Amino acid sequence: MTTISPPTRAQRSHRLPGSRIAYAYVAPFFAVFLAFSIYPWLDTAWVSLHEVRLSTYDQSTWLGLGNYVNLFSNPFFWNAFRNTVTIGVISTVPQLCMALGIAHLLNYRLRGRTFFRVAILMPYATSLAAATVIFLELFDSKLGLVNWALHLVHLPAVDWQGSRWPAQIAVSTIVTWRWTGYNALIYLAGMQSIDTELYDAALVDGANRWQQFRHVTLPGLRPTILFTIVVSTIGAAQLFGEPLLYHNGMPDGGTQGQYQTLGLLMYQQGWTNDRLGLASATAWTVFLVIVVAVLVNTTLARRRDRQGTLSSLAPKVRL
Amino acid sequence: MRRTPSRRRTTATSMAALTAGALILAGCSSSSGGGTTSSSATSDGPCGTKAATTLTVGLFGTFGFKENGLWDAYKKVCPNITVQEDVVEQSADYWTRLKTRLASGTGLDDVQAIEIGFVADVVQNHANQFVNWNSVPNAAADKAEFFPWKWGQASNAEGSVTVGLGTDIGPEAICYRKDLLAAAGLPSDPATLATKWSTWEDFIAFGKQYEASATKPKDSRFVDSAASIFSTAVYQGTEAYADASGKTDVANSDGVKSAWGYATQAAAAKVTAGLQQFSPPWNKAFSSGSFATIACPTWMMGYIQGQAGPTYAGKWAIAPVLPGGATNWGGSWLGVPKAAKNQAAAVALVQWLSAKDQQVTMWTSAKQGGHFPSNSHAAADSSVASATSAYFDNAPVGTLFGAIAGKMKVPPIGLYDTQIQNALTTQLTNVETKGTAPDKAFADALAAIKQVTG
Repeated sequence: MTTISPPTRAQRSHRLPGSRIAYAYVAPFFAVFLAFSIYPWLDTAWVSLHEVRLSTYDQSTWLGLGNYVNLFSNPFFWNAFRNTVTIGVISTVPQLCMALGIAHLLNYRLRGRTFFRVAILMPYATSLAAATVIFLELFDSKLGLVNWALHLVHLPAVDWQGSRWPAQIAVSTIVTWRWTGYNALIYLAGMQSIDTELYDAALVDGANRWQQFRHVTLPGLRPTILFTIVVSTIGAAQLFGEPLLYHNGMPDGGTQGQYQTLGLLMYQQGWTNDRLGLASATAWTVFLVIVVAVLVNTTLARRRDRQGTLSSLAPKVRL
Repeated sequence: MRRTPSRRRTTATSMAALTAGALILAGCSSSSGGGTTSSSATSDGPCGTKAATTLTVGLFGTFGFKENGLWDAYKKVCPNITVQEDVVEQSADYWTRLKTRLASGTGLDDVQAIEIGFVADVVQNHANQFVNWNSVPNAAADKAEFFPWKWGQASNAEGSVTVGLGTDIGPEAICYRKDLLAAAGLPSDPATLATKWSTWEDFIAFGKQYEASATKPKDSRFVDSAASIFSTAVYQGTEAYADASGKTDVANSDGVKSAWGYATQAAAAKVTAGLQQFSPPWNKAFSSGSFATIACPTWMMGYIQGQAGPTYAGKWAIAPVLPGGATNWGGSWLGVPKAAKNQAAAVALVQWLSAKDQQVTMWTSAKQGGHFPSNSHAAADSSVASATSAYFDNAPVGTLFGAIAGKMKVPPIGLYDTQIQNALTTQLTNVETKGTAPDKAFADALAAIKQVTG
C-alpha cells in the first residue's frame, strides 16, 4: 500500500488552470444561489427592521427591533406558534411511528411487495390541493364521511372545521397521510443497508420478530430516524399549504385562528394585511426557531449516541 | 368586480397563493416609475394613435368586456388597435401584483382595472403614477356623465386628481327564493315583500315568521349569513370604515355600530344560516335551499345564476327594496398608468369603454352578469330601464335597480375596507355558529383590524 503525500507546490500550480475552469462550472449555481437565496435572505432581514407596506414601498421607516418586539408581545404570533408546535407534534409523531412499522413490514418477503412499495408513495405524488379538497369533504361537519362513520357507532358529530383540536387533528391527518409513505421508503432504504448477518445472529439467539425489530432494526436505523425527525421538524415549522387550503384558501387558519400556523401568519401579515416589515420579522423568527429545533434534536441525539453502545452498528448521516 | 373577493378562492388560485408564499422572502426594487407626461390624443385621431398597436388590459375576475363583444366592437371603431386581456382570477391577487408592479415601475399594462376595495389606496399612494382624468381631452364632458359619488370615490379630497373612469356599480336589493317563502306560507310576490322589508327590524321579524313556519324545508334558514346583513347595513351609515378624510375609523363609525347591532340581532334570532360568504358551502347553498334570502347587489345576480344554474330559473326573484335604505356594494374603475407604452391609445380605449353606449351594452346584452352602469347617462337610458331578467322570475331589473341607484347614500371609503370587513364578518360567523358573545367577537375583530392598520 502506498501512502499518498500532499501535492508539492509545483504540482499544485500545475493544476491551477483546471481548478479555474471548475470555478467557472460552479459559478452559475452560485449566481442563482446569490440572487434567489442569499440576497432575499439578507433583504428580508433588512426589511424586518422597518415599517414597510408594499403599497408605499419607497416610504419605509426605520423601526430597529420594533417589529420583533411587536411580534413577541402579539397574541396572534403566540397563537400561531402554539398551533405550529401542536400540529407539528400530532402530525410528526404518528407519521414517523407508522412509517417505521410499514417499512418493517415491507422489508419482509411479501407477495406483491413492489406493488405495496409503490402504493405507499402515491399520497406523496398526489397534488396537495386535490388531496386537501377531498379531505375537506371527508371532514365536512354536516355531510362528511368521518362524521357519518362516527354516527354509525353512536358517537356525537364533531365540528372538524370550527373547533380547535378537531381542526388541528384534521389538518395533521392530511400531513400524516401525505408524508407517511415517503418516510417509510426512507426507512426501508435504511433497513436494507443493515447487515443481514445481524438478523441471522439474532435468529440463532432465539429472538422473535419484535425483538429483532427492537434490538437490530431500530439501532441500525438511528441515523436515518434522526434525519427524518430533522426533516419533519423543518416541514412542520413551515407548514402552510394544508391549513391554507383547509380554510378555502384564506390564511386566517379558521374563524378563530384555530389552526393558523406561523407560515400562514407570515403570509397573512405580508399579503393580506400588507405589512411586509412584520411579515419579514416573522420569517426570520421562524428561521431561528427551525435552527434551534434542529440543534436541540441533533444535540440530544449526539448525547444519546455518546452514552449509547449501539451506534457503532450504523453509518453516520452527517447533518 | 366584487366587494369581498378575497373570500372567493378556488383551488387553482390557492396554488398560486402557495407560490406567492414561497416568494415572501423576495424583495423588490423601490425605484418609482417615472412615466411620461400626457400626450395629446387629438393629433393622432380618436384612437390615440394611427399606428398598429396592441393594448394590454389588466383585469380580475369577470369584467365581461370580451363576453359582451366589446373588444370586437372596438376593432370596428379602431381597426389599428388590438386589445389583449391580462386577467387574474382573484382581485386580492391582482392587487398584490399591481402593487408590486407600481413599486418597481415595470410590467404595467396599458389599462389597469381598479376595484373599490383598493381604489382609496391608489388615490392616496399612487395617484402620480396614473393618468389624471381631469386633464385628458374631453375631461369635463366625461366627468359630467358619471354619478358624482362614483367619480368622487376615485378622486382625491380636493377633486383635482381622478385615477380612473367608472365601469359598473352595485346598487343593492334583496334576492329571494320565491318557492321557499311560498312553502313557508308567507307572501312571495315582490310588491308585498317591498312593503314588509323596508327596515332591518321588519326584515328580521319576517325572518322569525319564516323560522317558525312548520311547512318550510327543515334545514332552511331565512337569510344566508349575518355578514350579508352587516356588509349591506354598514354602508347605510354616514360612515362605514373611514371618516370623511379617508382615515380608518371603526370604533366611532355609526355604520359599523348599527350594522353590528342588526347582524347580531339576526344571529340571536337564529334566522341566519351561518355560512361564510364566498366559501364552498355557501356556493352550494344557492341551489340546496339552505337559505331563502340574500342581500343582492346587481353583480350578485350573475353569481346566483352561476351557482344555482338553469334548474332554479324562476325560483329566484328580486324584491325592489333594501331594508334600511338604498346603498351600493362594489364596483370598479379603469385607470391608465403613466408608465404605459401606449398612453394616448389607452386613454381613448377607456373613454370609449366607459361611455354611455358601451355601458348600456354591458347591462342589456344577453350574457350580462349584472354590470349596472356607473355612467348616469347610461343608467337613465330607456333600454337600461326596460331590461328584465327571465331567470329572476322576469323581475324588472332595469327600473328596480335604477330606482335604487338614483337615491343611493354612499359613505366615504378607506384604505383597508376589505380587510376590516373580513375581520368583522369572520367574527359574525363565530357569533352565529359558535355562540360567541357579540361583545367578545367585536373585541376580537378590533384586535384583528389592529393587525392590519398597525
